[in-house]
Amino acid sequence: MSPSHQAPGGRGVPGTRPPGEHDVGGQAFRDEEEYPSPVPAGPPRRITWRKLVPVPLALAAILALTYLWITGVHLDSIARNSLDDGNVRLRVWQHIRLTAVSTFWVLVIAIPLGIALTRRRLRRGAPVVTAVANVGQATPAIGLLALLVIWLGIGPSTAIIGMVIYAVLPVLSNTVAGLRSIDPTLVEAARGIGMSGVGVLAKVELPLAVPLILAGVRTALVLNVGTATLATFGGGGGLGDLITSGIQTQRMPVLVLGSVLTVVLALLVDWMASLVEVSLTPRGLEAP
Amino acid sequence: MSETTTGAGPGSTATSGAPIRLENLTKAYPGSASPAVDNVSMEIKAGETVVFVGPSGCGKSTTLKMINRLIEPTSGRIRIGDEDVTDIDPVKLRRKIGYAIQSSGLFPHMTVAENIALVPKMAGWSKSRVKDRVEEMLDLVGLDPREFHGRYPRQLSGGQQQRVGVARALAADPPVLLMDEPFGAVDPITRDHLQDELIRLQHELHKTIVFVTHDFDEAIKLGDRIAVLRERSHIAQFDTPEAILTNPTDDFVSGFVGAGAALKRLNLTRVRDVGIADFPTVTVDDPLQSIFNKLRNGPHNELLMLDRRNRPYKWLRRGDLMRARGSLARAGQLVHDTVTRDATLHDALEAVLTDSGGRVAVTGRRGEFIGVVDMVTLMNSVQELLEADRLTAIEHEHDLEELRAHRTGQELEGGGTTP
Repeated sequence: MSPSHQAPGGRGVPGTRPPGEHDVGGQAFRDEEEYPSPVPAGPPRRITWRKLVPVPLALAAILALTYLWITGVHLDSIARNSLDDGNVRLRVWQHIRLTAVSTFWVLVIAIPLGIALTRRRLRRGAPVVTAVANVGQATPAIGLLALLVIWLGIGPSTAIIGMVIYAVLPVLSNTVAGLRSIDPTLVEAARGIGMSGVGVLAKVELPLAVPLILAGVRTALVLNVGTATLATFGGGGGLGDLITSGIQTQRMPVLVLGSVLTVVLALLVDWMASLVEVSLTPRGLEAP
Repeated sequence: MSETTTGAGPGSTATSGAPIRLENLTKAYPGSASPAVDNVSMEIKAGETVVFVGPSGCGKSTTLKMINRLIEPTSGRIRIGDEDVTDIDPVKLRRKIGYAIQSSGLFPHMTVAENIALVPKMAGWSKSRVKDRVEEMLDLVGLDPREFHGRYPRQLSGGQQQRVGVARALAADPPVLLMDEPFGAVDPITRDHLQDELIRLQHELHKTIVFVTHDFDEAIKLGDRIAVLRERSHIAQFDTPEAILTNPTDDFVSGFVGAGAALKRLNLTRVRDVGIADFPTVTVDDPLQSIFNKLRNGPHNELLMLDRRNRPYKWLRRGDLMRARGSLARAGQLVHDTVTRDATLHDALEAVLTDSGGRVAVTGRRGEFIGVVDMVTLMNSVQELLEADRLTAIEHEHDLEELRAHRTGQELEGGGTTP
């Protein structure tokens, strides 16, 4: 008898395993850890209804309650003027714009700066720049804004500059931390297989740093929604207008509406950022 | 880049190895008194596996990284093939050199297929060619393409990751492969399998491989030649494993070889070099009666049962069937360990000793059964080996002095150490 017959299918033709058969490590190069497990049917959904539904529902409920309360109380002409539909809409819109524009500039400044500070040549500058950014955040936002108004005059751009200075730090430090936390052997492997410097950055470093960078962006967004209420002191408008005029004219409904809208906006932005964070994190980096 | 492109056989278009020449390579880091690598010259032949072995911190890894210029040499030249690559664009150079490192270096955010496809994509291969190549490489390193294609590195075991790492290094078919302690982070059993795999791959591909390890046994098993390096990457001995084992040039080398040189000799002989004996087999689909008859009438009191893909499955002894009341599913003993033809006698002996039957099944490329090696065969070849070694040792005793004088002369001239 000849025991050295070849496998009937030849190479590459997979046979089905007879039921109850064990894989006895007989594969020439299979070690025992490699019992094949069934191929997963598909990647699990990352954005589950639990992440999607409750927050907007809760926010809608808060808004509805506030609306009911305001329609229930008696409003005099000053309050009615402030709570005029057009005015509220304008303030909300201004607020969103302030947040969006300042966050845009924060990203444009902080991410490239963070990348630059992790390159070999500029690495030494990192502590200095981080210290400066730290000062930006440590300064009370209102004081910073006042100083900027004295220097640059009143207007939306002054408010935006203040917000940017205030929010650069979290994105900058997270970008630097995200890029630094990458295993140096991975970067060396990337260079070793022939990636150029730009290629290593774009294909390896940035994707691996994405979770941390996005966490920084989320922090900056929420910060910006908050500091945008101060823009009113710099002539930037926004929901801060409602709040301050509510305080000055001692009209509770105006104050409450301004505050509630700010809170709802902040939570909404945070929720949206969390969804973006989940969907942009590379699949290979998720917890198994 | 002019690499030696010779078809490895009919129908094969694989690029085989290119020679590497290191000429007076030195790396000095600013601020340290002595160079990390001092004046290394070495000639590595095309298609050869050279292992750098030495204590940690001896500069072996630095020397390796100077070949693909991850570390730029302070002085000296590097030639690959006919080309001086010391001053060419390092990115271009590295795309022609496979690179595999410890703990695989796979990018965790890319799937197995994306990892392997990186280098071919950078080399500008067409999409369909890259796709075919990925499947081919996965198959080559023994992973089922359909199953592993879309997995992420964290979903693989250490051994599987390392296989993908090797597949990625070989994907663009480079003539030269650099491996920096690639199997350092996996468990010993997996490491053995991976080493066997590498030997098999090298049989098929004939690349020029430079391999760094601190494990002398690994060096013996894998290297065509071994460069034993001492501090600052000075070459203590650069020779075949046999020569280093039987005839170490000095105390440093013999210290590194360590005790049990005779046993280590087992690592130099492969299962394919000793007699692989036939063994009666049956398959799971055979009718019970014929299995019964074979067991009763055969020369051995044992049978090997193969599964439907002809892989060893169970050892069946006389009486096993009776005890299991005629049920094939319950009878017999599962095959625990098998060896390939590229496994060393050391591995085979280990497998034989652990298996109660006193023999181990030898399997081929796809795990199919080829034959068995038993204790008697192994003992005989070990005795022959030791006898042969004793003879060579006596022979070498005479020209040892001569050889040393020759070596010293060569080193003084500053030329490469040629065997």
